Amino acid sequence: MTAKALRNKVDYSQFPDRAGHFGRYGGRFVAETLMEALHELDDAWRAYRSDPEFLAELDLDLARYVGRPTPLYHAERWSRQLGGAQIYLKREDLNHTGAHKINNTVGQALLAKRMGKTRLIAETGAGQHGVASATVAARLGMECVVYMGSEDIHRQALNVYRMRLLGATVQPVTSGSRTLKDALNEAMRDWVTNVDRTFYMIGTVAGPHPYPVMVREFQAVIGREAREQMLADHGCLPDALVACVGGGSNAIGLFHPFLNDSEVAIYGVEAAGSGIATGRHAATLCAGRPGVLHGNRTYLLNDANGQITETHSVSAGLDYPGVGPEHAWLKDIGRVHYVAVTDDEALRGFHDLTRIEGIIPALESSHALAYVTQLAPTLRPDQRIVVNLSGRGDKDIYTVAKLEGIQL
Amino acid sequence: MNRITHRFQELRQAGRKALIPYITAGDPRPESTVPMLHALVKAGADLIELGVPFSDPMADGPVIQKACERALTHGMSLRGVLELVREFRQTDVETPLVLMGYLNPIESMGYAAFVAGARDAGVDGVLTVDLPPEEAAELAEPLEAAGIAPIFLLAPTSSAERIQRTARLARGYLYYVSLKGVTGSAALDVAEVANKLAEIRTLTDLPLGVGFGIKDPATAAAVAQVADAVVVGSTLVGKMGELADDPERMRREVGELVGAMRKAMDRPDQAEG
Repeated sequence: MTAKALRNKVDYSQFPDRAGHFGRYGGRFVAETLMEALHELDDAWRAYRSDPEFLAELDLDLARYVGRPTPLYHAERWSRQLGGAQIYLKREDLNHTGAHKINNTVGQALLAKRMGKTRLIAETGAGQHGVASATVAARLGMECVVYMGSEDIHRQALNVYRMRLLGATVQPVTSGSRTLKDALNEAMRDWVTNVDRTFYMIGTVAGPHPYPVMVREFQAVIGREAREQMLADHGCLPDALVACVGGGSNAIGLFHPFLNDSEVAIYGVEAAGSGIATGRHAATLCAGRPGVLHGNRTYLLNDANGQITETHSVSAGLDYPGVGPEHAWLKDIGRVHYVAVTDDEALRGFHDLTRIEGIIPALESSHALAYVTQLAPTLRPDQRIVVNLSGRGDKDIYTVAKLEGIQL
Repeated sequence: MNRITHRFQELRQAGRKALIPYITAGDPRPESTVPMLHALVKAGADLIELGVPFSDPMADGPVIQKACERALTHGMSLRGVLELVREFRQTDVETPLVLMGYLNPIESMGYAAFVAGARDAGVDGVLTVDLPPEEAAELAEPLEAAGIAPIFLLAPTSSAERIQRTARLARGYLYYVSLKGVTGSAALDVAEVANKLAEIRTLTDLPLGVGFGIKDPATAAAVAQVADAVVVGSTLVGKMGELADDPERMRREVGELVGAMRKAMDRPDQAEG
């Protein structure tokens, strides 16, 4: 069957299968020592994912603690300047803690509480997931340990201090490339050692099953809201969706409720860093190939011998050599188009939105914005693009200033 | 017959337990690996687990992580490991060799190419740490067809159902991870291990090896009382890291440590701490 025929027959809500497979991707590739913990998590997740009491508590937390629903904002001035489609920003930057990450940690924390776990651990790259984890741990009075590569600790001092203020222990990781992938390895090692009372909160739609589907469902509130908001305001669906993809949780959160709407074009934007041709990038889907890392089969950036390679992006949150397995599958069957923009293009997107709309976006989200500047002019003014503004840019002020030679 | 099965039969007839040292291939330098393998055999190894270095060894503690980094710095790769095995086999056709590592380098080479390469080089078993039985059929079947034993891990948390499922796919022996943690963790509890091994033995006839947390001759001897094989890794690899700049002393001291474990396992009443 051709990819097109396949994608027209697929009911996307039916994936993954019981063992976590999206086509040939996903699954559970971990040592036997973790299998029982994953089964325990999967059992709890399947029991609560449709439990009315659990969902009611989650909805209440999302409304009163996180601040949902987030607005769908029409960026009129920016749309006019680009001279094409109307651009709508899904304002995840307005969530408590400043990014979409909290949607997931609030959900996983409720699950951890019901499972009787007293200790939360997490990995973090830019620090956004770490802050979101430390936040829910503080609220529930749980111990929290966040693993963070020593390189990233250096780059993201502000978020490190936020986590410490919230009472979390930030554990520096000095193995391997000392970045997000190594923090994930170290968190897994902690989990396997302290499995009895510890809940591991993965921050993206990667890792062994059930993490990719569980995190997707916690993040899908983004797309469900956006869909309702478009229908309520305009009586129709958007023509296109755009989101940045590192691990891919904000993207899958926006995309998933629209996957069965074949008339909606969907674009995932990866980090091309200094340019894919330079080798200094994090464009896993655009330039990688399938392999197995961190518990799932997916696209990876690895060398000819299967060793994971170091990545580069101006945005620490996209600096990851893997990607969620559902994205790998959506790429192969052609439902989502994956593209990449460079550091420089992302920085232009950052400045454009700041100057034109008065919103300072995260550098991660700026990748999606940069692609919108290419896509919007190719569409008509009566067409609509929804772009996920996954986080606010306060955390990136120092990075941007430094790149421009300004000392704060 | 596969060399692993043959070796366990010999040992059983002799009333002895297998000593299985683990080293990481290419650590500290690629050229030190084959002489070290021969030194291990001379010191009393019955079977050797040869680690395939990986950039992201998720189930390993700091000692083996560093060994992987040392090996990768010097360009070691899965192809390079197969070359080392071929070289070892030129002078030793009896000692079973098991490759231990992670799935991605094998995926990257391709299952068919890997299985053919491993068979031609003289590999006897393959233990892929991050490949549980649920996902393993695609690799385990061609391995078995090539006469190579797919080796699997069991853990303290493995249920009876999982033990049976794993045993159906496994050949050679089963590797019981003695504690909750990564390689090189704190000492294991022999009584707990004995209880779990007794449960596993009601479900399979495969020989049972025990590893993770065996640091000295006394522990090796105690574990040998209840298991069919004792796997020692981080203690040896740590010593190799310390003595990386003096290859002869490294081989001598690692050999002495293996020899002391051998002696303690064979005469447990005279084990020293």
